[in-house]
Amino acid sequence: MNTPIISIRGVSRHFGAFTALDNIDLDVKQGEFFSLLGPSGCGKTTLLRMIGGFMEPSSGKIMIDQKPMDGLAPNQRPTNMVFQNYAIFPHLNVADNVGYGLRKLRLDKAQFTARVQEALERVGLSGLGHRGGHELSGGQRQRVALARALIMQPKVLLLDEPLSALDKKLREQMQLELRRLQRAVGITFILVTHDQYEALSMSDRVAVMFKGRIAQVAPPQDIYQRPASRDVADFLGGMNFIEAQIEAEDALELKLASPLTGPITLARRDGFAQGLGKATLGIRPERLRILGPKETAPIEITGTLYDKVYYGEVTHYSVAVRGNTQPLQVAVTNSSGGPELAAGSEVKVGLDRSALVLLAP
Amino acid sequence: MMAGAKNRSVLAAYAVAYIVFLYLPVVLLPLFSFNQSITPSFPLTGFTTDWYLALADEPEMHNALINSLKVAATTSVFATLLGACAARAFTRYKFRAKPAAEGIIMTPLFLPEILIGLSMLVVILWLGFELSLVTVVMGHVLVCLPYCVTVLISSFDGFDVTLEEASTDLGEGALGTLWRVILPIVMPGLISSLIVSFTISLDEFVLAFFLSGDEATLPVYIWGQLRFAAKLPIVMALGSLMLVASIGLLIISEIVRRRGERRLKPSGMDTP
Repeated sequence: MNTPIISIRGVSRHFGAFTALDNIDLDVKQGEFFSLLGPSGCGKTTLLRMIGGFMEPSSGKIMIDQKPMDGLAPNQRPTNMVFQNYAIFPHLNVADNVGYGLRKLRLDKAQFTARVQEALERVGLSGLGHRGGHELSGGQRQRVALARALIMQPKVLLLDEPLSALDKKLREQMQLELRRLQRAVGITFILVTHDQYEALSMSDRVAVMFKGRIAQVAPPQDIYQRPASRDVADFLGGMNFIEAQIEAEDALELKLASPLTGPITLARRDGFAQGLGKATLGIRPERLRILGPKETAPIEITGTLYDKVYYGEVTHYSVAVRGNTQPLQVAVTNSSGGPELAAGSEVKVGLDRSALVLLAP
Repeated sequence: MMAGAKNRSVLAAYAVAYIVFLYLPVVLLPLFSFNQSITPSFPLTGFTTDWYLALADEPEMHNALINSLKVAATTSVFATLLGACAARAFTRYKFRAKPAAEGIIMTPLFLPEILIGLSMLVVILWLGFELSLVTVVMGHVLVCLPYCVTVLISSFDGFDVTLEEASTDLGEGALGTLWRVILPIVMPGLISSLIVSFTISLDEFVLAFFLSGDEATLPVYIWGQLRFAAKLPIVMALGSLMLVASIGLLIISEIVRRRGERRLKPSGMDTP
């Protein structure tokens, strides 16, 4: 259980002078839902295709189930892929698409039908076996692609942006279904996506990638609340950045000063060799609140509200504060339906110490 | 509005004249083949099917027909095989010699056939080969190849590479993928290519005339028969039958091609 199902060591990939992947080390645990998240061109799809055997690393090693995969073609690996465009065979019906990989098993017709039927039921497509591969809606194509891969009982299922072709509503529904399916079958899923909500809502762990490198690997809550760097913080949603000064440190704590917050003490983060001097603090907009006249908070910042954007369930306020070049972004949930603040008014912004995250320089 | 309507009627008249001029001779052929008179001229003298019945008693013509069918069948298979390899290479890979290779394959379209025939004749005799149906097939493959490659490229172009990757991912090797995915999907293109090259080879005259030696193909035989005025109506009957067969084959090829297109078109991701 503790040995990783996939183990990647020092993997690089060059296309001419361009480095798509730069010395990647990564372990994926047995049975986990793992996401590779990053902007387009960050190398996440290249990494996925290497795990699947569609591309060879320029250097480094990929082990799946403790076996080296060097030079093995996709049909010799214990992985299966759900392609971004689903790659449904247009000349075959749904049942033959799903049963495509079973030929080598030489099943008789009854066994074949039973296996296909079971796979179709698992993805909610029973009764559609005779539908032509070219007559399916986007959601149905995705389910066929899933069933076709899962019927092979792979050790690892690779998913290349499987939801990006679907509209928003269907996408959200499929996120839940994929998660449920993964728990039911217990197979390791590796998902490539550029959508942070997708990665956060489905994964056990997320690897955030930029420019061919992995910036951070952590569970969704950690990635979101305690991002390692400005880039990671930015990619996962809005983040306020505050310049600060580290004035003293010991084995457990750091003492910082910032014109906005005054002196604060933060616990040390593992793996951060910070040193004294300049530092950046991050605060998520939803961890800030606009204080009423009689409310107080551990840290209070006064400023001028100069802009707001209404999104329905939430309103984003921009508050200009002295001592910070960027205005603070404050996300306020519209739970009371009360009156909105007018632009130009003086406001007090409050936050808890736990909302502050020290970011790597 | 007036000018528009006038322009339109001028255009319509032009189109009608164009079609009549192009196709009237073709329509006259079957018309005279049912005419009693030996000379193809108006007024028609009466309806007869004698010329068609006389076709049965022309053993030399039967030989020529069989020769032509052999040549056309062999040509279409070879031209389609070679064309498929070329089309696959052109649509799937990028390589330095690609523009040059495409140009060389397309060249026979622009070269006068009489030049091709003459130069092939010289080279074949120089190499010491005998003229036979084999040399005709060689010539026909050359002139059919541009058509086959054009038809096949349009059918290979829409082929989604990830389908091959999916097949490999699901356990198939190269041969299994070829057999189970590539062939069924490009089949309409292959059939079109077979039919187009078969039709071209069947009625090709110039190359066959230069390269066939004493094994005449049907067009070469027909040309030889034109010296005998009495045979003209029989030749016209034969020509009419070939016309019908050619049109029939082209219609089948077009139906197959369109059906294939329709089947593969909605493979995009646009439908919700």
